[in-house]
Amino acid sequence: MQKIYLDYAATTPVDPKVIKAMEPYFSKIYGNAGSLHQPGRKAKEAIFQARKTITQILNCQPEEIIFTGSGTESDNLAILGAARALRHGSGQANKNFGNTARSGFTTGDAGGHIIVSNIEHHAVLHPCQQLEKEGFKVTFSKVDEDGLLDLDFFKKSISDQTILVSVMYANNEIGTIQPIKEIGVIIKNIRLDRIKRGLKTPIIFHTDACQAAGYLDLDVQKLGVDLLTFNGSKIYGPKGTGVLYIRTGCKVEPIIFGGGQEGGKRSGTENTPGIVGLAEALKIAQKNRIKESQRENKLRDYFIKEVSKNILKVVLNGHPQKRLPNNVNISILDIEGEAMLLWLDKYGIFVSTGSACDSQSLEPSHVILALGRPYEYANGNLRFTLGRETTKKDIDYVLKVLPKIVKDLRKISPVKVEINAKNISLPKTRFV
Amino acid sequence: MKTKKSNLKISDVTSQNIGSGWIYSNIVKDHFFHPRNFLLKDLKLKDFDAEGQVGSPQCGDVMKIWIKIDPKTQKIKKLKWRTFGCASAIAATSMFSVIVTEKGGMSIDDALKIKPQDIMLRLGGLPARKVHCSVLCDKAFRQAANNYFRNTKQYKKIIVEGSKVVDKRLNITEQDIEGAVLEGAKNLLDVQKKLKVGVGDPKAIPEIEQLIRFYQEKYYG
Repeated sequence: MQKIYLDYAATTPVDPKVIKAMEPYFSKIYGNAGSLHQPGRKAKEAIFQARKTITQILNCQPEEIIFTGSGTESDNLAILGAARALRHGSGQANKNFGNTARSGFTTGDAGGHIIVSNIEHHAVLHPCQQLEKEGFKVTFSKVDEDGLLDLDFFKKSISDQTILVSVMYANNEIGTIQPIKEIGVIIKNIRLDRIKRGLKTPIIFHTDACQAAGYLDLDVQKLGVDLLTFNGSKIYGPKGTGVLYIRTGCKVEPIIFGGGQEGGKRSGTENTPGIVGLAEALKIAQKNRIKESQRENKLRDYFIKEVSKNILKVVLNGHPQKRLPNNVNISILDIEGEAMLLWLDKYGIFVSTGSACDSQSLEPSHVILALGRPYEYANGNLRFTLGRETTKKDIDYVLKVLPKIVKDLRKISPVKVEINAKNISLPKTRFV
Repeated sequence: MKTKKSNLKISDVTSQNIGSGWIYSNIVKDHFFHPRNFLLKDLKLKDFDAEGQVGSPQCGDVMKIWIKIDPKTQKIKKLKWRTFGCASAIAATSMFSVIVTEKGGMSIDDALKIKPQDIMLRLGGLPARKVHCSVLCDKAFRQAANNYFRNTKQYKKIIVEGSKVVDKRLNITEQDIEGAVLEGAKNLLDVQKKLKVGVGDPKAIPEIEQLIRFYQEKYYG
């Protein structure tokens, strides 16, 4: 039985070179980086080097890199930490961003205004929902049918009360790559305009780059971001490791308190092997990213072309070109995603779905729904994400197996959705 | 987890999960990969006496059932189905079709007494969150039975829903809402997690919210 893993967006295997780099820091160099003795200093040195590696890739300063326990934690720290630090009336000085206490806000946004895209990962959306409870106002900025942020709507959403913007670099479900540089320029102009008008309310720009880190440029100066999240488990690094880049002068309140590690922004004994592994993984991924992107791009486009040819009523979700090289997200109509997933699993092909039946909440994917696609599309959703080990032979095997599964499941399904290209959001459904 | 041979016709289904169970019971797995009694070809009207349908693709599950009844004994001679849904939905419908047709067929009256819990037991259990949304075959069958009674002019036998239907697309009744509240649902979100009520029929939501408040007060004061 073949085993074809096509769920690299969920997590990647750890690169053997990464494991090798981490190995000494489990039982040989095990000191606490906070200790003054030799073992402690050795651990501290390893973390120093790892931090340096990352600064070279992000084009930033060492003190701007905060190691955390996951991408989710970095997102939480960014959203909760920045919003709470910039809360209107907090009176906290925010040096370069010039925050001072202000009055005269309407009661609806007492904390301040936050804008995030409506296809963010739950690690961003749920902290935002928490902030709403704390008195912040949140705008969930819409995307177009390809999953790209609607920039006109976004620009119109920005008000003088807006303190934080978060837009993911590339989406985890549909792989759509957002125009982060362009948004960075918009934010910069807002900042200049506020200075000109004597407004001192800061505006911070965060991007979740977890899915992008293996494929796209992470230079924070070029991107124009103030906060950037990435993690180890998506780039062939160790799970349970994350980074939040915090631009100097940008104030972020901690969400974890204790020994004051990471400049007081993230307490807890440093995970030395994890940090070393994360840096090594990022180094390898970024070194090979252009070559590997080209290779996976070809496989992706071949897959999309063939699957559309071999199966009727298949819709690609997300932008056809502005998408990660490893992402194929399709909706196969008249059948349900979990059923397809389990059949593929039986054939040794491992994928994921945005179907309601596969989620804890029994709600279908918010990302597919945000594209303006109806529930029928979300429930028939499959995500294939390729990786370093994926070959054309693997894709050909999937292309052989999938049409048969679809045919069998359609045989026992009473649903016949009629695709009408003109009005995709209101499909007609027959039951036979 | 050991697999009973009688449940499985092919041997490789467990190979992908060495040392760990599947996400559903082995019986669910068997009925999912080898569904029984589903309608393969387009049906000829004379082959069946009545049909019933429940669910909507928006909610993720649609079930359609066709029945053939022995006019003398009122036993179910044939039950065919089609299902749009996840593994547990497909397996539950398949199992239901087996329960009502095995051992010479169940009488239509007895079949109407089958509860989702009975199907669940025969399936060797289902994840709690899946029970309400995927075991809909009893409801589809109730519709088919009613249609049969109507077609054969047995009007007295038609089962008027014991309580009012609040969501027409899913055929969810006040009783279902009551059950969800008793199982611990506190608000619309909780109830929707259990029943998906109102997803395909948003107009029903205000009434559903009112019912939740009513049953909350009734049972928890």
